[in-house]
Amino acid sequence: MTQFLKVEDLTMRFGGLVAVDALNFSVDHGTIHGLIGPNGAGKTTTFNMISGFYKPTSGKVLLHEEDISGLKMHEVARRGVVRTFQHSTLFAELTVMENVLIGTHMPFRPNIFAAIVGWDREDREGAEGRAREALKFFGLSDLATERAGDLSHGHQRALGMAICFASHPDLMLLDEPFTGMNPEETRQMMDLMRRLREAGTTILLVEHDMQAIMGLCDRITCMSFGKFLAEGGPKEIRNHPAVIEAYLGGARHVA
Amino acid sequence: MRKALIWIAFGAALIALPHGLSFSQQEILVFLTINILVVSSYRLLTLTGEWSLAHVVIMGVGAYASAMMTKNLGVYVPVAMLMGGIIAALIAVVLSFPLFRMKGFYFLIGSFAAGEIIRLLWKHFRDPFGGAKGIKGIDPMPDFSIGIYDFDFFEPVSYFYFAGFIVIVCLWILWRIERSPVGLTFHAVHWQDKLAEASGVNLRAYRTLAFAVASGFAGIGGALLAHYIGTINPGSFDLDYMVFVLTWAIVGGTGTFYGPILGCVVLTILNEVVLRELGFEQLRPLIYGAILIASILFLPNGLESIVQKFTKRSAKS
Repeated sequence: MTQFLKVEDLTMRFGGLVAVDALNFSVDHGTIHGLIGPNGAGKTTTFNMISGFYKPTSGKVLLHEEDISGLKMHEVARRGVVRTFQHSTLFAELTVMENVLIGTHMPFRPNIFAAIVGWDREDREGAEGRAREALKFFGLSDLATERAGDLSHGHQRALGMAICFASHPDLMLLDEPFTGMNPEETRQMMDLMRRLREAGTTILLVEHDMQAIMGLCDRITCMSFGKFLAEGGPKEIRNHPAVIEAYLGGARHVA
Repeated sequence: MRKALIWIAFGAALIALPHGLSFSQQEILVFLTINILVVSSYRLLTLTGEWSLAHVVIMGVGAYASAMMTKNLGVYVPVAMLMGGIIAALIAVVLSFPLFRMKGFYFLIGSFAAGEIIRLLWKHFRDPFGGAKGIKGIDPMPDFSIGIYDFDFFEPVSYFYFAGFIVIVCLWILWRIERSPVGLTFHAVHWQDKLAEASGVNLRAYRTLAFAVASGFAGIGGALLAHYIGTINPGSFDLDYMVFVLTWAIVGGTGTFYGPILGCVVLTILNEVVLRELGFEQLRPLIYGAILIASILFLPNGLESIVQKFTKRSAKS
């Protein structure tokens, strides 16, 4: 079987700073894979390179053995790799329903001529159905007519994932999905992610909430200062000396 | 049912409207009709968040294309008008390649430069564009009859009906586009282009689409103008005109479909009728400018915000 997602020698330089240095790891299909590391380890930069937001300085991102590094973000998305953003990046001025409808852009591609003549009714109904499904999955159905900018923080995070989910992704890249959620919301969100995994969606997430990461992930890759540090199951990572040192601050990196 | 009645009453009022006006007011009415199309098409572009200063020049592209086609090739006028719109859209697609490497303020300046280049080309090449004098003696719309009404296009009233019909059809298409998933995607490109792109939206394609469609309808507006006044020159589509379009859009507000139309109608009536009647012939630009500043200061969301206030109140009660 070919590797689902494989990152090979991925490197990103910003001027003199090497944010990510020759990173290698791979993600198996149908798993929840965590990417952790102390602040500034280059996790988000890695995300941005996989999703096409940045073009890597060197190295490759292989999806089913196809090199997708350097493609535009929408081209990556059309190959089934859809990301969410840190913070609450939403269409704040639009309603919740409209937000999710934009998420259905890929499965139900709008056509301007059909729209003028009115031949796109099936597509519109299909898109609406998918959007309602996504809202229901994330428990946002009651808020469909609210303005996205008026939602609470937890709901905004959920909406961000609903937009991603609406596009039928193969791989969801979640950038700190639990930030700003209370323990109850975090628990619910973890349940939803497990359900997504059962439905065959692969999830790669960056997160600081260690409890969530340890309870959720099948495999964890740990980075520090742009470099690969360790990989393994939650138990191995928890007891890995290099990981503990990176988090608790060994003398090696401070110097 | 009630809605249909309102529309019928509105249509009847539009048909009756020119008969209550003087000849010069009828002419203003024709220009107003064309300007409504121009400012509405401009709004479609602003949906994607980009403001262009080339819109009026693109409108001129439609005017020149239609005028030259009827004069040099003998194309039937309505067909030439449609072709004018299509050519304007195609020119917009060509311009989009350099222009959409920029965003926001840079796009604004870039579009201004692109527009000036087109205007200089018209000025410089006497053949085929007629140089600074432009094109004269453009074929008028040929007269025809639809049984109950004879169109005589030396009469502004006839041209008002003709242009009004075309503009309403164009507005209907613009409305359909805005209300469709395509229109929603335009909004998405405006508010969060990165999130839209992550959802698989091809940003360049959608920006270009909005620019081309807006330009196409502006081109039809330009063609309507050219065949009405019979003469066009590079000065007909200068920055002054562009500033008028901008002020209509800003004073009306671009948040709703009717906002720019409202701005265009109110400011035109104010400028051409009220101030003229009051005898402020020389002072008109001054007062017009003062009203603009006042409306931006006190009505930052445009005239549409007043309408919204009233409609919301009636919905509540």
